[in-house]
Amino acid sequence: MAAVRTSGEIAFNRIAIVAVLVVMVIFLAPIYWIASTAFKPRALATTVPPTVLFQPELTPFVKLFTKRVQQTKPVDPETYAAAPWWEKAVYDGGERILKVGDSPQLSPYPDRFANSLIIAISSTLFAVGMGTLTAYGFSRFKVKGEADLLFFILSTRMLPPVVVAIPMYLMYRAVGLNDTHIGLIILYTAFNLSFSVWLMKGFIDEIPKEYEEAALVDGYTRMQAFFKIVLPEAATGIAATAVFCFITAWNEYAFALIMTNRRAQTAPPFIPSQVGSGLTDWTVIAAGTFLFLLPVAIFTFLLRNHLLRGMSFGAIRK
Amino acid sequence: MAVSVLNTLDPRSRAAARGWSDLTIRNVFIIPTVLFLIVFNIFPLIYSLGYSFTDFAANRNVPWSFVGLQNYRELLADQRIWTNFVITAKYVIVSVGGQMIIGFGIALLLNRDFPFKGVVTTLLLLPMMLSAAVVGLFWQLLYSPSWGPINYILGLRSFGLLSDADTALYAVAITDIWMWSPFVMLLSLAGLSAVPKHLYEAAAIDRASSWYTFTRITLPLVAPILMIALIFRTMEAFKTFDLAYVLSVQPTTELIAIKLYRLAFQQWDTGRSSALAYIVLIMVLAITNIYVKYLNKVKER
Repeated sequence: MAAVRTSGEIAFNRIAIVAVLVVMVIFLAPIYWIASTAFKPRALATTVPPTVLFQPELTPFVKLFTKRVQQTKPVDPETYAAAPWWEKAVYDGGERILKVGDSPQLSPYPDRFANSLIIAISSTLFAVGMGTLTAYGFSRFKVKGEADLLFFILSTRMLPPVVVAIPMYLMYRAVGLNDTHIGLIILYTAFNLSFSVWLMKGFIDEIPKEYEEAALVDGYTRMQAFFKIVLPEAATGIAATAVFCFITAWNEYAFALIMTNRRAQTAPPFIPSQVGSGLTDWTVIAAGTFLFLLPVAIFTFLLRNHLLRGMSFGAIRK
Repeated sequence: MAVSVLNTLDPRSRAAARGWSDLTIRNVFIIPTVLFLIVFNIFPLIYSLGYSFTDFAANRNVPWSFVGLQNYRELLADQRIWTNFVITAKYVIVSVGGQMIIGFGIALLLNRDFPFKGVVTTLLLLPMMLSAAVVGLFWQLLYSPSWGPINYILGLRSFGLLSDADTALYAVAITDIWMWSPFVMLLSLAGLSAVPKHLYEAAAIDRASSWYTFTRITLPLVAPILMIALIFRTMEAFKTFDLAYVLSVQPTTELIAIKLYRLAFQQWDTGRSSALAYIVLIMVLAITNIYVKYLNKVKER
């Protein structure tokens, strides 16, 4: 758009930029509140008026990751004030929350976090892998009842999770998949597969068939052409699909709540279960939430350039 | 499906004879996925259809009996279930409506060149990257009547937005709008950026007003993708469970999915909850169908 702009357009653009800033502040304020609460001393998490500026500390993270000791002797305020920040992390107010010397006992959070990672990454790999193959099949070959099959695949996403959850719970209980990693990986793969097929079909439809035909003429087999020509061309689409599948699997709550209780529980049902009655430590919950947001935020940020393309579902390209 | 019809190359050619045949590849690529989805979606559905005609309870080992349509009859006659549906309808209209307006509005603002556009867009996506359960939990703190920042900024003092029966549902909807407007924004941006620039240039040459340009060029071309956003968000809002379940315990926020969860996994009334699940499923399918029909109409224009 190298066109000459009128002064009216420039003024309008300025207003729009101000409006974008206002929107940013409104939408990011809750995120800032989570992030800042994760670094607050406990006493400042629930003050009136709410505290915006404070000396950040790492105590909430220490509390999140370790089992706290029962009361020990309060520390001398002068020692506390003189301690460097990394030592302050083990004090809550003026009290030590870790035993001296002994290696600290871990809380369940690292385990739940690891479960989330294992389950979300594996199910994303399966969903994107199977989805890409299936999308290629639909895109390049004639399939009887193609439209119906594709609608069936989409319809598996329309069901409220609780509808599927009752029989799934009974099925899983019968075959011993309750509270296992594999059980959740299978569930999340099934959940993401329809989405993955639909997105990937949009991308693969866009790759000209002539590329493969040229490869076949050059002596490649169909499989070689798929792996060496089509897959690299579809890399952008695969990245976008992976972001969406990962976000969904990472954040799923209902199935994780119903199908797991200890061994394979992921973080989404675990974090709310830490709300006590009355004396909830919001700094610890904020720390858990903040850490939980990090992987998906980093993942999305790295692949951000593919997202816009990924979201259009091929709906407007034709 | 005996004959494989190739639409890219002649099956008698040399290329098709090497390695796996196209028929094999097609089957190997497609059949596992379809089978997988049948086992993990259709199978459970047939199961729960069966249960819905019984008085089966999953947590007890007592024999169950076939009760026919009794579960359905009782559910449809139960005034409280209809209250759950009314709550759900209100929730879907408010939250999806809000998301569509705000999401599309932000997309219109972002649809121009400005510095750090990529970063701004990614930052605005942060709310939808959080788990709804965790969002629900944290908004409890934000809404807290005694020390929550929202009450402080709005000057509400000790009025509990979440604990008041009249406002609780809207408080949940506002959280949902915050969380999912970015999704509508992302889709709308994809739609807006696909509108051919020459149409705007032509309109500018004709000195068309910006309102005319918006209603005659932008809106019709973005309509299909807005419909897709609407379909997805309506489907999701209708099934909302985690956000409302964690955020609020008011009877006025008991959405149908929460009722379903309580019936199935707290009261262990498996038969009846399966029947309710089917009623919900039929409703979602009906709503989606109406939307998809309308989408096709919009696309044809």
